[in-house]
Amino acid sequence: MPEVKTYRPNIGAPRTPANEEPAAERARDFRPVDTGYTKADAVAEANRCLDCKKPFCMEGCPVGVHIPQFIEKIREEDWAGALETIKGDNLLPSVCGRVCPQESQCEGKCILGRKGDPVAIGQLERFVGDMADEVGKAPECKPSNGHKVAVVGSGPSGIACAGELAREGFDVTVFEAFFTGGGVLTYGIPEFRLPKAIVKREIDGLEQLGVHFEYNSVAGRLFDADELFNEMGFDALYLAVGAGLPRFLHVPGENLPGVYCANEYLTRTNLMHAYQFPEYDTPIKHGRDVVVFGGGNVAMDAARTALRLGAESVTLAYRRTEAEMPARLAEIHHAKEEGVKILELASPLRFLPGPDGFVSTIELQRMELGEPDASGRRRPVPVQGSEFAIPCDVAVTAIGTRANPFAKLCADVELNRWGLIEADEDGRTSNPRVWAGGDIVTGAATVILAMGAGKKAAASIAKTLLAEDAE
Amino acid sequence: MFQILEKEQYSEKVFKFRIHAPQMAKKAHAGQFLMVRPDDTGERVPFTFANWNPEEGWIEFIFMVVGKTTECLSKLNEGDYIKDVTGPLGCPTEITGDRVAVVGGGVGLAIAYPVARMLCEQGKQVSVIMGARTKDLLILFEQFAALPLENLFITTDDGSMGEKGVVTLPLARLCETDAIDQAFVVGPVPMMKFSTRTCREHKIPIIASLNPIMVDGTGMCGCCRVEVGGETMFACVDGPDFNADLVDWDDLAHRQATYRTEEAASIKHYEEDCACQK
Repeated sequence: MPEVKTYRPNIGAPRTPANEEPAAERARDFRPVDTGYTKADAVAEANRCLDCKKPFCMEGCPVGVHIPQFIEKIREEDWAGALETIKGDNLLPSVCGRVCPQESQCEGKCILGRKGDPVAIGQLERFVGDMADEVGKAPECKPSNGHKVAVVGSGPSGIACAGELAREGFDVTVFEAFFTGGGVLTYGIPEFRLPKAIVKREIDGLEQLGVHFEYNSVAGRLFDADELFNEMGFDALYLAVGAGLPRFLHVPGENLPGVYCANEYLTRTNLMHAYQFPEYDTPIKHGRDVVVFGGGNVAMDAARTALRLGAESVTLAYRRTEAEMPARLAEIHHAKEEGVKILELASPLRFLPGPDGFVSTIELQRMELGEPDASGRRRPVPVQGSEFAIPCDVAVTAIGTRANPFAKLCADVELNRWGLIEADEDGRTSNPRVWAGGDIVTGAATVILAMGAGKKAAASIAKTLLAEDAE
Repeated sequence: MFQILEKEQYSEKVFKFRIHAPQMAKKAHAGQFLMVRPDDTGERVPFTFANWNPEEGWIEFIFMVVGKTTECLSKLNEGDYIKDVTGPLGCPTEITGDRVAVVGGGVGLAIAYPVARMLCEQGKQVSVIMGARTKDLLILFEQFAALPLENLFITTDDGSMGEKGVVTLPLARLCETDAIDQAFVVGPVPMMKFSTRTCREHKIPIIASLNPIMVDGTGMCGCCRVEVGGETMFACVDGPDFNADLVDWDDLAHRQATYRTEEAASIKHYEEDCACQK
């Protein structure tokens, strides 16, 4: 007999609001911006899901999370079941629920969004991920198969690959150059958007699976692929070194003290706890008038960090308009709510020093939007004679990143002209023992894509090594 | 955790640590550096390798107490542990000349020493110029003196040892007498800047080992950026050695001074903290 579904969605219900901290209060410290759904919120929101026969939301998810299924488990208050359902496709729900651009992925495809607000899939995913503290149990690992795999980099891609392989019975070691794990989740994304305790929970989870973490280990300098294979007994290598090398504006005065690139500004704050100086030794300049350049998530993170470091005014200058900003909608919304001023159609010409030698003024130029460029976005064109100046004692540039230069030192693999590793769908590189994935293959992208690449590479590594055993 | 095997004090503020780090000892080269974070709240500070021994599995670095992190580090003793040591980082020093002047100033002598030793091992004619403010700050004299050098010059600002004056005096003489075809310099920015000027006047190529502020040391943060020949370079991955003739010294000096105020605040906080504990 076919299964009879009796579920009737609560069509009229509005989207369950996020439990956000008041903007004026939260912008003064590093507390989480949003405390997340309660169980009641989650069930109410889950009841809005239409449980579509053809779920477009899943098509919008880069890793195909079984969204209607996990939402159904929430309705049944089967938290463990919901967690298990998501983890089948996405190993990092607590992270992705917070940082995925849902509006252009799952929620962007949700049928409810055509007339009203889509189901808050991101909030639900985050809720389920965080339930791991209550209901999570260590996944079972297959018995050891005797193969050793090295993973370089402990960001989202490396974590995902290591976790999958450990579950399959591989002996996995993750080599990380920093003194702690998480990669961009730790040094890049601020505490108020992704609490470090969540990153730690994921790393601890991997350790429970038997994954070894070697910190302070600079692959490419301390050892290379040949040594991993020939001397250290590894059978395969996954390179997930990221694309963290910052781009610069290349305008005069960019090296003045007080001008940061976002990577430095955020690394000092997040990884080195400069916001707790002098209890922590690493300093950072607390600007009064801070100007951030860029329109992505990193620019938003930098601008909102500046507020929390006590800036009186934070201006986010972008060459295009707010509509073209690549940042998540939620981040733009939060930033504006907290008091970040957005200066559209403005591009920096030069940074000028004050009498103390530190940056004190920025000269900018007005832009207008011209014809669309290769990315499909309208190209900003300078407006002649539109120069103007604004005061600024800390400037942060957040205009993108390039390939990690250590990729070429780690292993003899083919790189493209941007220094990114050439890899196929499964992460296979030109070297049959070496796989790669995440930003070092795609260029700067999202956590979910990096995680998905790690998962695919793990499957390919497992298949390859186990097939060799069978021969 | 990295154990301190040996501690030596060279002067009031200059110390040498020998650290147990077998893998790093196998891979270290002259000119490369490591990043040290003494404890969980510490800053990450770069130090250049002063010496290493792959057979015995140790590396050495020399540091001067300039701020809170180095102050805390100097309080550690033989047998204690340093929380984090990362390396080797940066590109090894490469010198193509056959008759080379190695010029070191102050704590930069710690970096000059392994370079001079490497060049001697390569069979090159090496002249060393050691500079310091005063005799007590002139470190590694015995080690340099034990190398098979062509010349060893010493200058001190106050004349308490060697020639009274600065390193450019003997450097100019070496250039004038055609005794060198290349120079390597490491030390405070003004000293490197003026050594470069001296070499430029005599058309002698010169390499400088730069020491900007760093955070990650692996090319990710851009804190250590320097202008070299009009291009933005990262000392941590493109250097730390650069063609000195192309370096924008004033830019480097400005950037090095970025956190003077905070460094003073950090030391004050630390001293007050120490006073509380007494």
